[in-house]
Amino acid sequence: MATIQLSRVEKKFDDMHAVKPLDLTISDGEFVVLLGPSGCGKTTTLRMISGLETVTGGQILLNGEEVTWKHPSQRDMAFVFQFYALYSHLSVRQNIAFPLQAQGQKRETVDRRVKEVVDILRIGHLMSARPGKLSGGDQQRVALARALVRHPAAFLMDEPLGALDAEMRESMRAEIKNLHIAQHATTVYVTHDQVEAMALGDRIVVMSKAEVQQVGAPIEVYYDPANLFVARFIGSPGMNLVASRIAGGAAEMPGANRYPLPAGWAKPLAVALGGRPDAVLGFRPEAARVSPNGALAGEVYATDMHGGYTVLHVNISDSEIVHIRSDRQTSYPMGTRVRFDIDPDAVRFFDPKSELAVRREAKI
Amino acid sequence: MSRVDVQNLTKRFPTVTALQSISFSFAHGEFFVLLGPTGAGKTTTLRLIAGLERQDEGSILLDGEPIDARTPAERDVAFVFQQYSLYPTMTVYDNLAFPLRSPLRKIPESVITTTVNEAAEKLRITHLLNRKTAQLSGGEMQRVAIGRAIVRAPRLFLMDEPLSNLDAKLRESLRVELKHLQKTQGSTTLFVTHDQIEALTMADRIAVLNEGRIVMQGTPEDIYDRPDTTFVAQLVGTPKINLLPANRRDGSVLVRGSAISVPAPRLALPESFLLGVRPEDIRPDPAGGFKGTVMLTEPLGVETILHLRSGELTLLSLVPGMARERVGEEIRFSIVHEKLHFFGPDNRRIAEQGH
Repeated sequence: MATIQLSRVEKKFDDMHAVKPLDLTISDGEFVVLLGPSGCGKTTTLRMISGLETVTGGQILLNGEEVTWKHPSQRDMAFVFQFYALYSHLSVRQNIAFPLQAQGQKRETVDRRVKEVVDILRIGHLMSARPGKLSGGDQQRVALARALVRHPAAFLMDEPLGALDAEMRESMRAEIKNLHIAQHATTVYVTHDQVEAMALGDRIVVMSKAEVQQVGAPIEVYYDPANLFVARFIGSPGMNLVASRIAGGAAEMPGANRYPLPAGWAKPLAVALGGRPDAVLGFRPEAARVSPNGALAGEVYATDMHGGYTVLHVNISDSEIVHIRSDRQTSYPMGTRVRFDIDPDAVRFFDPKSELAVRREAKI
Repeated sequence: MSRVDVQNLTKRFPTVTALQSISFSFAHGEFFVLLGPTGAGKTTTLRLIAGLERQDEGSILLDGEPIDARTPAERDVAFVFQQYSLYPTMTVYDNLAFPLRSPLRKIPESVITTTVNEAAEKLRITHLLNRKTAQLSGGEMQRVAIGRAIVRAPRLFLMDEPLSNLDAKLRESLRVELKHLQKTQGSTTLFVTHDQIEALTMADRIAVLNEGRIVMQGTPEDIYDRPDTTFVAQLVGTPKINLLPANRRDGSVLVRGSAISVPAPRLALPESFLLGVRPEDIRPDPAGGFKGTVMLTEPLGVETILHLRSGELTLLSLVPGMARERVGEEIRFSIVHEKLHFFGPDNRRIAEQGH
């Protein structure tokens, strides 16, 4: 059981902020992902929660009790690292039992709890092996077992899948999620991989340049990114973001393309932009559809076959390429002129100056 | 023109045979990808073609002529590595000009300037020409490394995982640019990667390498739609293809450990075999013939992975958008019959009749 509260938590090195004052409440049983590129402050934040790093300001509360200055061992949180940090001279069994023995638990208790986690992670056949002999995935399972065996109040995971190959990463991702569904333990998970964040998180905290950009469920950060950074970072490829001018009830895009403003946008755009005509029009690659009568046009720059689908990269002008996801039937040679449309409900707008999303008027 | 024929190459190292008589050919202007897991022999192949390593058996032909006796310099190929290997104290301009300033070439400086500027424009690094390469980001450095290969106008480009050190976003955009560049230049390229997405999206044709042998060659469509073996079927596609043990009974294919059955195809099926179903071909469908319990959902934004328990099996299903299905829910689903794959006990594809 753990509720973790961060209130104005920050980390400064000299005058540089590694993490700007951050407020976040993680509910009991919640899986929260800290997501961002390297250097954004996500790992520092996790390390401050664990106590491995001291804060330079703010407070950390665990179940309402302040732990800001408590030693890591007194916070009852288990840390799982990217590099498994197992004891190479101990067997798998000894590695898993270690935290309990260190607590001075009785032998029967140790045996019972080790068996419990070993069953959950299905690593019974590995018990007498040395960690060095195991695959990356199995080593990470052992590391998870060692974290789990303590019955900690919360799990803190720092890129636990980062050292695994693509295939193993995918299956371990599902295992971690299964584990969370079964155990329902409060988890804070750090990654730079947006796919992992989307797949795992109840909520995602998107960070960049030491600052939180958005906190939301996967569906929110995907469909309603708070700013240009989040729009670009989430999704593969990210959201198409096209510099436009709002004029005469339409967004004028490069290459003489005009996209009529869908209902509900004119007023909020006028307010947000304060009379400036420039806006960024955003849409996800799957929100566009090639069609002979489409309102927009461009030239095929490249076509990618991804197995189950195709991505068309379309030049709408010399400087602007948009990405359109389509079925495999839609494939065009480079240089072909194509017309396309965008689902009006999936269009988003951003203020290029503040980089913030403009919110559409609620439907009546 | 540059056509490459690799004929029966074998390469042995003291403790391991890295390549066992591999053969493949690609034509002028083709983007040919060697795809395989770590240790498959991809890089060794590339190094043999570049002349950095000597094969034990077999021959390499460039435009019909054996080049086995030629030194790397005489082969006129350009190598782009995973590590950028630029000169850190030189400017981008000087790095690009370096291969042209070789005393053997005797190229006038005015021609060098034009060539460098053209390459820089193609790679969108004109604004970086006066910077020292040590000041560049990873993506910029790799552009410069590619630029340095382009200026030489070699007969052949050899690229060894050039995108794998870049972060996901950069990799994505450089992938598209590299492909566009290759097509507009018409340059002949051999590209090595372990990343199936890179192979599918960039290649004209792919050779899949495993344990020193070529296990399949074909277009990305061949590799994805008609994999020759279960190894190839599992290597491409995310999430991975479902491989289900199945039996033939009367006119049907019965999946063991479940209530799933599909009409038997017109194939000579053995008694027991593997049925392959890509996750996008398992579709939640209220009118579907099969039932499953949702064990896990992984919403990725553009699509959602559902883990479905059906009988004793767990199936992966890939559905568009953010799925509404919830963990624990029982749903009905259907399977797209036209896209099924059948593999025999030897893990080889059971071929359509007449093939």
